[in-house]
Amino acid sequence: MTAATTSVTTTAPPPGPISRPVASGPAWLARDCWTEATRHLIATVRNPDLLVFATIQPIMFVVLFVYVFGGAIVVPGGSYVQFVVPGIFAQTVLFGSAFTGIGIAEDMSKGFIDRLRSLPMYPSAVLIGRTLSDLVRNIFTFLIMLAVGFAVGFRLEGGVVDAAVASLLLLGFAYAFSWVQALLGLSVKSVEAANSAGFVWMFPMTFVSSAFVATGSMPGWLQAVADVNPFTIVTNAVRALYNGQDPGADLWYSIAWAAGITVVFAALAARRFASRSRG
Amino acid sequence: MNPTPSPPPAVTEPATEGRHALRAAGEPARSSPAPPASGPDVAVVAEGLVKRFGATEALRGVDLEIRRGTVLGVLGPNGAGKTTAVRILTTLLRADGGRAWIDGIDVATHPRAVRARIGLTGQYAAVDERLTGFENLRLVGRLFHLPNGESKERARALLDRFDLADAAGRPVKGYSGGMRRRLDIAMSLIGRPSILFLDEPTTGLDPRSRLDMWSLIEGLVAEGTTTLLTTQYLEEAERLADDIVVIDHGRVIEHGTPAELKRRIGGERVAVTVGRPPELALVPGALGSVLTPGAEPVVDEEALTVEIPVAGSDGVVPAVVRLLDAAGIEAHDVAVRRPTLDDVFLELTGHAAEDGGDDR
Repeated sequence: MTAATTSVTTTAPPPGPISRPVASGPAWLARDCWTEATRHLIATVRNPDLLVFATIQPIMFVVLFVYVFGGAIVVPGGSYVQFVVPGIFAQTVLFGSAFTGIGIAEDMSKGFIDRLRSLPMYPSAVLIGRTLSDLVRNIFTFLIMLAVGFAVGFRLEGGVVDAAVASLLLLGFAYAFSWVQALLGLSVKSVEAANSAGFVWMFPMTFVSSAFVATGSMPGWLQAVADVNPFTIVTNAVRALYNGQDPGADLWYSIAWAAGITVVFAALAARRFASRSRG
Repeated sequence: MNPTPSPPPAVTEPATEGRHALRAAGEPARSSPAPPASGPDVAVVAEGLVKRFGATEALRGVDLEIRRGTVLGVLGPNGAGKTTAVRILTTLLRADGGRAWIDGIDVATHPRAVRARIGLTGQYAAVDERLTGFENLRLVGRLFHLPNGESKERARALLDRFDLADAAGRPVKGYSGGMRRRLDIAMSLIGRPSILFLDEPTTGLDPRSRLDMWSLIEGLVAEGTTTLLTTQYLEEAERLADDIVVIDHGRVIEHGTPAELKRRIGGERVAVTVGRPPELALVPGALGSVLTPGAEPVVDEEALTVEIPVAGSDGVVPAVVRLLDAAGIEAHDVAVRRPTLDDVFLELTGHAAEDGGDDR
């Protein structure tokens, strides 16, 4: 580590016998983030149940929509598998972001966040490390879902580059929502509350969208809501890319949404985390 | 409440009170801009700390000091403000009024520099259950910015020392309450803190684990770790602390050494139960030589019991029995009663130690 080390000057009396400079600089920030991320990754590898349950539900959705509802739903373009599987991908990674809020609420309820806040580490590394480890977990879930998609007949019709862009877009969107969940997790008082607060708005957000049906089939007022839903925009962009079509402006809108949400909610969550006014 | 805005220069308070250098809240403010007592031998200074949570005033002007290498016991019932004071001193909360310094560093303005000098063990064992004991320690060592090798080495040494070496490789999920608490304290020591904060370290432990925890803390103290210990147990404060402050409703209501405090509240009492009412009045006279001079006996005529403060508890029961025999008083029962937190509060405030609900 070649990070710069700054010592703190105070106007107070000479410090006690131990002179301990506070390490700072981007290399220490990165090291703190990495340390925190590995804490969660070790735990995930050691308790894979959570990962298993996180994939069972989307697999059931794939089966349900492709084989149960699929025959009755008519979508533009013809193939319902090619239509719905990208939508379920988007829903899966978005739901995956909920682990961020639940995990933070759990750390808070057990007093672990207080322990971390009493250490000379970078406070922001607690949230960055957590969201990065959840991103890794989401990548893993996404790869499983990709395999499930292939098993039910989903194909990448737009080539490898388009598919890669679509996948990065999905993960970036989920990462942005990890910060929304982080803020929720910091704001609620219990793990149960984090669980409900994390999911209650994601159900309408993912179902009142183009993920499962074309929005044109909805009543007018609902269609208006669905069409401005960022989840619709992202789903449309990745669906187009996976199917070899031009995503058009949806691609740029999606990127803007992901970036905007990340910036705004990371700032809010960081401020909430560092706040020393609450009990 | 004297939120002096000026920084404290290194001035040592004249040692007018002998070995303990605590000041009570509500003492007349020194002529401004007078500095708080400080200097190289004072590790922690808090001055007029005020904290409100909505309409609740958790702290109403708390002053305290910890001399380097000593243990300050902060004694008080639930909800008295002990934890709030600890949270302010450990940078987790910002005070609404007053100031505090750790090793001369202002906790409000330089929180990270303060964090590099403290170890905190909160009321609940703050351990990551999913990781092993060793991983927990190494994690905190890394976040304390120790070099990798050193954090591993310290982790091993602390596991050995706290009798956790055998469990080091097991996830903490399977640890007992006492083991978790020991690991928690080990985690707060990994960065070799200058000041250790222990917030109710024995609350919720079984008696056996509590005794273990006491000898562990005594070991740390013997090595000269400056410590702030909060507790609801008078016995614990007496045993571990060099100085005690008693907090009630967000104020320091008493301060002194355990011996001074004990003197003030009368120390141990002996309760003598007699066979016949007329004997009750004879008991204090018969026991003259073991009584605390000037202490008032408490007579319960229905229970036929006289309760009297005694000077010391060693061998007091045999002495009392002999004296009663010599006076020809037939004692049915002789018991020694240690003062409890309730006695302290009755004595100091005239009310019992109320349970104020959640200690914030």
